[in-house]
Amino acid sequence: MIKIENLYKSFEGLEVLKGVSLQVERGEILALIGGSGHGKTVILKHVAGLLRPDRGRVNINGKDVYSLRGTELEELRGHLGFLFQSGALFSSLTVFDNVAFPLREKTRLSELEIKEKVLTVLDQVGLRGAEDKYPAQISGGMIKRTALARSLMRNPEVMLFDEPTTGLDPVIAHTILDLIQFIHKELKFTGMIVSHELSRVFQIVQKVAMLHEGVVLFVGTPEEIMASKDPVVRQFITEALRVPASAMKHFDQEERLHQKG
Amino acid sequence: MDGLQTTGRMGLFLAKTFAFAVTPPLKFSQFLKQIRFIGFQSALVIFMTGAFTGMVLGLQGYYTLNRFGSAALLGPMVALSLIKELGPVLSALMVTARAGSAMTAEIGIMRITEQIEAIELMGLNPFRYLIVPKFLAGILAMPLLTAIFDVVGIFGGYLIGVKLLGIGEGTYFGEMANYIRMRDIIEGIYKSLSFGVLITWVCCYKGYYVGFGAEGVSKATTQAVVLSSVLILFWDYILTSALF
Repeated sequence: MIKIENLYKSFEGLEVLKGVSLQVERGEILALIGGSGHGKTVILKHVAGLLRPDRGRVNINGKDVYSLRGTELEELRGHLGFLFQSGALFSSLTVFDNVAFPLREKTRLSELEIKEKVLTVLDQVGLRGAEDKYPAQISGGMIKRTALARSLMRNPEVMLFDEPTTGLDPVIAHTILDLIQFIHKELKFTGMIVSHELSRVFQIVQKVAMLHEGVVLFVGTPEEIMASKDPVVRQFITEALRVPASAMKHFDQEERLHQKG
Repeated sequence: MDGLQTTGRMGLFLAKTFAFAVTPPLKFSQFLKQIRFIGFQSALVIFMTGAFTGMVLGLQGYYTLNRFGSAALLGPMVALSLIKELGPVLSALMVTARAGSAMTAEIGIMRITEQIEAIELMGLNPFRYLIVPKFLAGILAMPLLTAIFDVVGIFGGYLIGVKLLGIGEGTYFGEMANYIRMRDIIEGIYKSLSFGVLITWVCCYKGYYVGFGAEGVSKATTQAVVLSSVLILFWDYILTSALF
């Protein structure tokens, strides 16, 4: 379970997070949505312990992230996967070596076992045949898939996805999100995902939180946010989904039916 | 105030590097990779620099000493200049230019492309994985490279003094043995060891705390080379005055 309590963070006097509180239950995925620059990635980096807040706490499976040091923090991170927006692959290593990296460094598996595991995962993400290529030789979609494979190598209990589909064409973007959904069914991880692919993301996640100017404006299920009356939420959702007004009316009708029921 | 903060941060960076360097485990494969990069791959440039420095010393030394009728002392003059001063300093400057700049750029690029954060999130310590191997390799490689520089330089001086200008071979090497003490050699080793610390410290620090984007990396690389070079010359003066 991920529990974020009253998180405040400023960068050089600019307040980015103004008291963010969120909770993601075990096995649940929460989508963090909102305009660019409203603090979504900052929240993910706080959850991973890459940034320290000015105030507030983050608990992962009951452990306070900021009170952990040294090996305790390394241990917690061993159960955590993070898919960076850029992929963050090691540019001097091949696709195979990038994916094998966490196993080589953090496990005692033999090279043969590592090879078997890596090739299986590369197969799952559709990268079999590209294992000898370097990050500079592969496409953006392949970079994201390699990074996804790498983050999954140690079967994480918590997965954080920072815009996994940004910069990809719609087909590849949907493939990545399909993969995330498939892997979630297999591993049952607790996750947070920052994405602008709302139509597909809403099919994957159980909960959505909308961030606006450093505060959480809305938390609820995808259905609830689609039916939200808040003008800022509605405007964002409409723009993001490019949903025609008739479709929004459909949600309004549904909500009325709900209320009547 | 900014300068004070930077100095403090640099001090902490060095202390942290020392702490991780003396506590196991050492990433041995990374250490060997760095020995190859800082040491072996710098050997050629050190060889060339050493040879030409020795040859110039041979020429200049011969004509200067000849004015006072002391051309026979060319051997000790070349050897002492190289072992005590030019060997450690010029080797350090060459390593800064060749390997130090590359260290800053490599770590800087890893920082701006979130590769260092990725290492952290895999439960690995970036200091242990990235900085310590470079630091230890620098400390080990610098005295060895300096030794190559000194030996090649002495032979460069020999080539000019003995083969070109006609000083006796026995005079060149014999006088050298008479004048050079073990203490001179140890002084050179101390200097090169401390330069190894200095170069890796400054260059890794500048890469680790790089600014934003490609401009940040280029700025950090320039700053690393300039700061290392100035500190090498400054520290050389301090050590020379302290050791005598």
